[in-house]
Amino acid sequence: MSLLDKLDAVAAARKALLPEGVEVFGTPIEEVYSSTEARIGDHRILFLGTNNYLGLTFAQECRDAAQEAIHNEGTGTTGSRMANGSYSGHRALEREFAEFYQCGSCIVFTTGYQANLATISGLAGAGDIVLIDGDSHASIYDGCRLSGAEIIRFRHNDAADLEKRLRRLGERSRSTLIIAEGIYSMLGDRAPLADIVKVKDAYNSTLLLDEAHSLGVLGETGQGLVEETGLLDRVDFITGTFSKSLGGIGGYCVSNHPQLDQLRYVSRPYIFTASPTPATIASTRAALKLLREGVELRRQLWKNVHQLYSQLKELGYRLGPEPSPVIATILETPQQALALWKGLLEQGIYVNLVLPPATPEGNSLVRCSVSAVHTSEQMDHVGKTFAMLRETIFQ
Amino acid sequence: MLNDYNDVLQKLCHHLEQLAGPEVEITPQSDLINELAIDSVKLLNLIMEIEDEFDISVPINALADVQTVHELANLIYRIKSQKQ
Repeated sequence: MSLLDKLDAVAAARKALLPEGVEVFGTPIEEVYSSTEARIGDHRILFLGTNNYLGLTFAQECRDAAQEAIHNEGTGTTGSRMANGSYSGHRALEREFAEFYQCGSCIVFTTGYQANLATISGLAGAGDIVLIDGDSHASIYDGCRLSGAEIIRFRHNDAADLEKRLRRLGERSRSTLIIAEGIYSMLGDRAPLADIVKVKDAYNSTLLLDEAHSLGVLGETGQGLVEETGLLDRVDFITGTFSKSLGGIGGYCVSNHPQLDQLRYVSRPYIFTASPTPATIASTRAALKLLREGVELRRQLWKNVHQLYSQLKELGYRLGPEPSPVIATILETPQQALALWKGLLEQGIYVNLVLPPATPEGNSLVRCSVSAVHTSEQMDHVGKTFAMLRETIFQ
Repeated sequence: MLNDYNDVLQKLCHHLEQLAGPEVEITPQSDLINELAIDSVKLLNLIMEIEDEFDISVPINALADVQTVHELANLIYRIKSQKQ
């Protein structure tokens, strides 16, 4: 087989599944009108497939801050954080994140993906073990690979299974990094954090929690699952992203461990990439302030979540295990999922289609992401459209 | 020693039969992906079952060199032997 033959196999697999002319992945969005509305082709559509949980991408404060940063500091840093890419804004954002979490320190990264890559590969190395939830995000798997540590999976959201695997490791559990997520991106379910913390304490392991989908969503001030469960002090490292509730792009890691700062000198995804642009940093700082004060936004978000989750449940759709801003409809076949995705788009609703092998248990998903700035009428329209499509999908 | 390896192979084949179906012939030389259609997700879930069956830990990095049923059985056998 030649170098490129395997890509032909990918093309053939896509062609077999997807009809001609349907841009399921990387759908071109021609114009964006607001946090919830855009144009795809000739259709004005409702965005229900973004991770814009608080709807901050169009917040005036964030846009003003970004514009001012571009005006004052230019369009990019053109350098790594290690070289010329650490502006005062980058350091200020790190201080603000550390203060937000009441933690000793914070490192800001260029993307959330890199935050996991850098943190995991900086913490664990050859001879260590990383024990990850079976449904972990790709950035966690890739960070583990980059680390050179041994990678072992535990059953999704199963603290007893985690305990069993730590027990098998014996003394090596002390050099084990456990990784879980606040809210899992595929089915929208939360980690059983209290149980996981108990197990990690019993085996003297270290715990990293990825709050990418729970930052801004859970907890009174939006810290995430650590705040909702009152376990902030019991988690060793927290990573997250700016590209969901904060409406930008970038990532962070916070910790009370003084060693966190040393990751700046050993993490390749931190050292060998350009730092976030001044505009990104400025909009994120503004968004973090709005997120902390966003009690009303969170109230509205959860109202929308419960409205849509219960509507879809009543219609008989199989959903993720609990209400969450990620509402996944689980279909029996990729064809059913594609038909639902296409039907929704034709009715002016854009959601995400997720097919195996990117999904847990090989399921096919149509994944909705609810935002605080969706109106009740928009949620109602979505529910009615799912109702209308139900007969067609399950014929 | 040989008996231990055969025991591992037999138990592994039992798990593989459930994934690949009874109509698929499984031999030590069977290619897990191309002949038995065990994709990466199925393989990772199978590893969890194997870990529980033998009370061992199988790092998923070690699977990079595994293509056939024999290679997987050999990996499990080696980890199991090291533990004893």
